[in-house]
This record gives sequence, C-alpha cells and structure tokens, in this order.
Amino acid sequence: MSKTRDITVTVNGDARKAAVEPRLLLADFLRQTLGLTGTHVGCEHGVCGACTVLVDGDSVRSCLMFAVQTDGRNVDTVEGLGRIGQMNALQQSFHEHHALQCGFCTPGMLITATDLIKKYPLATDDDIREGLSGNLCRCTGYAHIVKAIRAVVDGKAGDIR
Amino acid sequence: MKPASFDYIVAESVDMAVASLAQAGPDAKIIAGGQSLVPMLNFRLLRPPVLVDINRIAGLASIEDSKHAIRVGALTRHHQLETSPVIARHLPVLSCAMTHVAHLAIRNRGTIGGSLSHADPAAELPMMALLLDAQLCIASASGTRTVAARDFFLNALTVDLAAGDVVTEIALPKLPPRTGWGFEEVARRHGDFALAAVAATLTVSGGAIAQARVALTGVGPTALRVAAVEALLVGHALEPKLTSRAVDAVRAAIGPDTDLHASADYRRHLAGVLTRRALEAAWRRTNESAA
Repeated sequence: MSKTRDITVTVNGDARKAAVEPRLLLADFLRQTLGLTGTHVGCEHGVCGACTVLVDGDSVRSCLMFAVQTDGRNVDTVEGLGRIGQMNALQQSFHEHHALQCGFCTPGMLITATDLIKKYPLATDDDIREGLSGNLCRCTGYAHIVKAIRAVVDGKAGDIR
Repeated sequence: MKPASFDYIVAESVDMAVASLAQAGPDAKIIAGGQSLVPMLNFRLLRPPVLVDINRIAGLASIEDSKHAIRVGALTRHHQLETSPVIARHLPVLSCAMTHVAHLAIRNRGTIGGSLSHADPAAELPMMALLLDAQLCIASASGTRTVAARDFFLNALTVDLAAGDVVTEIALPKLPPRTGWGFEEVARRHGDFALAAVAATLTVSGGAIAQARVALTGVGPTALRVAAVEALLVGHALEPKLTSRAVDAVRAAIGPDTDLHASADYRRHLAGVLTRRALEAAWRRTNESAA
C-alpha cells in the first residue's frame, strides 16, 4: 500500500475531505468512502458507462479516474440531480416514459444525458442515440430512454439547463 | 478489478514532469486523460511503480492559431478539438474526425497527446496527424525535439518515444487554399474503434489535383498514408475511372488483419468503399473552398 493523500472534493455541493490511496478509483471513492451508491459500477474498464459522473460539469467515467485527481474539483453524481419526491425534469421524464427497468444503467444514462443536452443540439433522435452509444442498457432497449431525453430537449418536460 | 498500488506525482510543469520521469526510472508512466491507461491499470496489464500526472500543468491545453499552423497543446481534450472554432475554420476535416472519437465522456477526458502516444491501430488521431503532416514536440530531461508524424508511429501501440519523453504540443499545418476534404468511417457502433476509416484532402489548381493526401486507420498495425494513391491522383481531375484506380491501389497497399470484429477481406473491401466516398467528398468540396 502506498501512502495516502489528503484530498478535498466538492461532491454534490458539499466539501468532503478524505485520505485516499492514489490507486482508489473515483467510482470506489464515491461508493465506498462516501457511501454514495447511486453511481453504479459495471465493467470497471470504461465500456459500459454506468459509473458516469460529472467532474467540473463534464461527464467522465469514474472508473477511469482516480479519486486523488479530483482534489479541489467539483464532482456531481446522480444523487445531486434530485431525490425521490424532488426529481429534476430529466429524472421525471425517465419516470414518465418508462425509461428504466432494472435501473442499473440509469445513473450513467442520466448523467450522460445531462451533459449531452448541455453540449449538443440533439436535433434528431439519431443524435441522441449516438450520444448514448457509450452507455449500455441491457433491459429497456433504449427506445424509451431516447423518448425521455427527446421530451426534455423539446422543452416538454421542464428545463434542466 | 483494481490497479496495483503506485506512487503518484503531480507535475506542475513540463520541467517537473520530465525530471520526475527521469528520476522514477523506465517503468514510470505518464497519466494524462487516462482513457487508455486506466483500463490497462484496472486489468493489471500494467503495474507501473510511479504515475506522473500531467493534468495540472498550466498552458498545455491550448489551441493556438499561429501563422502557418495550428498549435495544439498535448493536454487538449478531444471535445475541445471537436468543438474548436479555430479547427473548424482551418482544419474542418479534423473537426469531423473528432466526432468519431469514442463517446462524450471519453472525449471530455482523453487528450490529444495521450491518443498519439498510445497509438491504437484503429484510432482516428494518429491517422489525422499523418494526413495533416503534423509535427510533434517532445520534451525529456535532456531537452526537446520535434518529430514528424510520418516518423513517429512505428508499430501497433509503439511510437518514437523513449521512457521519460513527454509529448507537449502538436503543430498542424493549415490546409492550402482550394483544398477539399473527406472523412469516412465505419464502426459497429458509433464511437467504437474504426473497422476502417479513410481521410483525404485534395488541393486543386487549374481544374486538376495538385496535391492529394490519403490516410487510413484500422487496416494495419499503424495508421498509414498511401503514397501510391496520392501519386496517381496528382495531375488529373477526379473522375470515376481514376477513383476506381485509387480504390484498387488502396486495397493493394493495405494488409489488414482478421480479428473478432471483422475479417481481413471485409476490412480491405470496406477501405476501398470508404476511399471512394472520401475522395468524392473531397473533390466536391474543392469547388466549395474556392475562396
């Protein structure tokens, strides 16, 4: 075990201090050190997209980043989007369009969609599908997820920007 | 799947990075975006004793319009390059290519210098560096040097970098006037590595091709330029017979492998189809870029 580093990370708006081994993945820091188990861990090598979080507002795969690298940065997870009873427009749209079944991919889908909506016009559903191509869902088959995001892009589900 | 432990050094300058690498020995690794490195660490295919993190070096993530070239700092993220107005104006073929690089979460993090140093045989950036005659600036504890892209890619995942070298900047010469471009890629899923991709530029003068550049990726151990095709295009207007000769020449020049994604025959066929499309698009655009 190499020596730990003291880091301070702003997670969903709260400053969190911890001593971490450099090899601790951001995903494991969020889930195990901070107990924020909304971020899911699927493949652990950057393929499935389930662990996607925002670092300084940009979507990143938290299995491909070390917690120590987020020292002084802002990290936002699915827990920061909203909560039961207070879901944001994107979460509400997923709910209304049945855009999840088992829910394993959902945190990554929500965070990826948040960044896609911010950065791209998503004029066509194909644009949404291409944007989601790095996030694997094994049960709903994407159609409802695309519909849920479409509703937000078209302003029919409230603004998240 | 967790990485083996390593010592972690945050470099705050290029000088500090190369000094740290020199001190840490040949097995130390640089971490930039980490989008290729961290999977290898998670699988423990690599167990470097030391990681030197260059992400916090100021000034390495710029896109600068100098007189004849666009100078791109090695820490520039793929998404920055994809959306840069400077790149869109002077190197639109590169803006197009960048939309094919992986997925947004990876483009947000992955770096230009990292992708070129890693040199995946099916990645877009090595092909674009070759197409655009890029020059790579490389620093080490013993000084700096500049290497042309054509001399940089040696084999699959193998480039002209010694332990202790850091790519700091890539210079991309601007396209000449009256240059059209084409970029064509096929992947099984958007953002996956290319089964084959072709990028071409054609510069016209007096109705004929004065300079042609054709580069491919996904069809061999490294991305490549096809000089034989470029030579047969020069001096002519692009017409269907010439395009067909170019397609045949591309198929003859490459030696793709069969892997679980596609057979060698399929890749060779695809490379030809994409060459035709890329050349036709480039020729069309030479008329649009008359200004």
